[in-house]
Amino acid sequence: MAGARLVPDNAPRGVVQVVGTGVGRVVISLLVPVVAFLVLWAGFLFLRDAQAPKVVVVAVAIVWGVGGTALLYIVSNWLVEKLPGAWRGRVLPFVFVGPALAILTFYLLVPAILTIYNSFRDATGGKFVGLDNYAYAFTNPDMLTAIRNNVLWLVLGTVFSTGLGLAIAVLADRSKLDRVVKTLIFLPMAISFVGAAIIWRFVFSYQPEGQPQIGLLNGVLGSFGIAPQSWLTVEPWNTLFIIVILVWGQAGFAMVILSAALKGVPDEMLEAGRIDGATEWQIFRRIILPTVWPTVVTVATTIAILTLKIFDIVQTMTGGNFGTNVIATLQYKQMFTFFDYGRGSALAVILLIAVTPVMWYNLRQFRSRGM
Amino acid sequence: MKQRLFAGLSVAALVLAACGGGSTAAPSTGGTAASPAASAAAASAAASSGGGDLKGKTVTVGGAFVDTEATAFEAAVKPFEDATGVTVTYNGDKSFEQNLNVQVQAGNPPDVALLPQPGGMKNYAKQGKLFPLPADILASIDANYGEGWKAIGTAEDGKVYGVFHRVNLKGLVFYPKVAFAAKGYSVPTTWDELKTLEAKMAADGTPAWCIGIESGAATGWPATDWIEEIMLRTVGKDGYDKWVSHAMPFNDPTVKTAVQTMMDIWGNKADVYGGPAYIVQTNFGEAPKAAFDSPPKCWFTNQGNFITAFFPDAIKADLDNQVGVFNLPSIDPQLGTPAEVGGDQAVAFADRPEVWAFLKYLTTPDAGVSWSKTGGALFPYKGQDVNNYSSKLDQAFVTTLTTAPFVRFDGSDQMPAAVGSGSFWSEMVKLVNGAQNIDTTLNNIEASWPK
Repeated sequence: MAGARLVPDNAPRGVVQVVGTGVGRVVISLLVPVVAFLVLWAGFLFLRDAQAPKVVVVAVAIVWGVGGTALLYIVSNWLVEKLPGAWRGRVLPFVFVGPALAILTFYLLVPAILTIYNSFRDATGGKFVGLDNYAYAFTNPDMLTAIRNNVLWLVLGTVFSTGLGLAIAVLADRSKLDRVVKTLIFLPMAISFVGAAIIWRFVFSYQPEGQPQIGLLNGVLGSFGIAPQSWLTVEPWNTLFIIVILVWGQAGFAMVILSAALKGVPDEMLEAGRIDGATEWQIFRRIILPTVWPTVVTVATTIAILTLKIFDIVQTMTGGNFGTNVIATLQYKQMFTFFDYGRGSALAVILLIAVTPVMWYNLRQFRSRGM
Repeated sequence: MKQRLFAGLSVAALVLAACGGGSTAAPSTGGTAASPAASAAAASAAASSGGGDLKGKTVTVGGAFVDTEATAFEAAVKPFEDATGVTVTYNGDKSFEQNLNVQVQAGNPPDVALLPQPGGMKNYAKQGKLFPLPADILASIDANYGEGWKAIGTAEDGKVYGVFHRVNLKGLVFYPKVAFAAKGYSVPTTWDELKTLEAKMAADGTPAWCIGIESGAATGWPATDWIEEIMLRTVGKDGYDKWVSHAMPFNDPTVKTAVQTMMDIWGNKADVYGGPAYIVQTNFGEAPKAAFDSPPKCWFTNQGNFITAFFPDAIKADLDNQVGVFNLPSIDPQLGTPAEVGGDQAVAFADRPEVWAFLKYLTTPDAGVSWSKTGGALFPYKGQDVNNYSSKLDQAFVTTLTTAPFVRFDGSDQMPAAVGSGSFWSEMVKLVNGAQNIDTTLNNIEASWPK
């Protein structure tokens, strides 16, 4: 056995000796990244130029993307491991955080700065126009309607989604049908807003009086002998009807999170309150609500951000017609239909500014709870 | 020390390579803008010298139509593929116009884009993203198309970029032939006759018109077609051109008269099935179906030739016997019934011999043969054989197209996008929905015209 081991051991010795020298190490440290880089580059070139069938391109893209990321980490990590101890500790975090930071910079920070820059320029991004785009945003009648609607979305969407979620969570907690109710309320969460909007178009569908109504609401009205209503074309009620879709979709989200928070309210406190003769409403108002308040705030701010950015529901339901435009639908029109980068960017910046305080508050909440 | 430095550098290089790689795919801008004309001429010379050298090459084409239309387009380019060995890959996408813009910004548009709006062509030409057509394609356009088609493909710099293949004819009024005849109605040839017939139909208890203008993000476009057709019939080609090019303001009294003429019909519940609330939220493809109910809920649909694709299946199977069609009647007898046309123009984002060979093919009547046999498409070629069209309806359309006193392109498609795909649509929706009057509507559109 011992004699047999000698042969394979002997053969690579020459290579190991070369690698062991300082020059060898430098060469290897250079060679490995270069090879890794070439492999990645070849993959990139293939994806960029290949006329291969889509399936092949997709397959290569997945392997290249996932494998490439792994390769990058392995090679970088391997290189850092070769550094002396003190430097290893200093460099290693950047290997892991670095790509994320670079991607954030490239895909978020740079575009955000470019958008702000473009918002002071004309339609093609050529000439500096000062605050013209912002003046447009705050004087154009369509924009004013959109801002009004966004406020409606922000207030009504947030209040009703959170409020309904909280009410259902509290009530379902005391019901035998707890699970069934929660599942039903939670189900719409699984549907995309576009899907939800398509479903609700059938609810609001309108046919002339005297014709069979395929819309649920008009069907119900008809069975009571009431004339069909054109739900989606009467301003400003139509915006309220569309907000119902958001509440339908988001109440489940609020309910689940708040329900978890409610389970965390100590039973001793509730019991102590009851012994002291507090009514159920007082217990809810003075004990439960203050305890789960941070969660309520987190849920509300999350939904508030969603309502400020709302786009898909409106676009699918009415395309922004009949006075239902919101800032995001007008931004999309300016950007991708009118090719007006100046105005489109200005609207994007306005949305960004509107979202920022809510975002900041939300992050502060997270931090204060050590998340 | 050296070793550490190398290691550090290579880490940095890797990160850069991974994250910044995309930038090398950036489009060739600015610098190439001057060269296209010269290189295009050279390329087309190579193309016309024989197809053999193009074998194995690929041309990618992007457009907004999908499903059956995409299949028909692929069949239409098959003879070109067979003759040259070039592979044409068509990619249809309903949000094509929006997505194309993103692709152009990212530097990877298709070689050839089929743009529904001349405004889009002008935009990309202005940005220097398009290559102007070489001389031999221009000659082919002169030989195979009627007057005006080249002008629609011309950008603001005076160069021609666009080639027309399949086109639409608008201002056609469709009606259920059998029920119409049973009622003893006859086709109106003047606006007065139309008004008389409308009144008669209303008295008989069925409104004359089936109208729906919902169309997703493009809601309102059928209303703009109506205005354009009325404008063509009231102000003639010079007035129309002035209106479209903004040489006269949008709130000009002649435009107001045209809108009033339309609203006299649209605003009258006795003349339109369902009234305004129904018009604004009914899809343009859904509305005509009411005419083919038994008995009809309404009679007339004013649309383009493509609308037959939206008819109920039973009707589609028997178009020639079930569907009658006439031109939207003339208003001013001296102007007759001009034809309003629309259609995708093919433009080149790439300057390669196979791309020019493909565009040249699209300018020849051969490119229309297979699709005209399948049906659902019209081609503007002068020398084409009308008998290639399988249905009597299509033959009627082609005859209308080629015998109209004059032809003009869809006006809203030529206006700046902020008007033609924006305020003209949305303000007309507000008008029809009763949110504002005609004056406010026209003033708003005028105010939205880019300065």
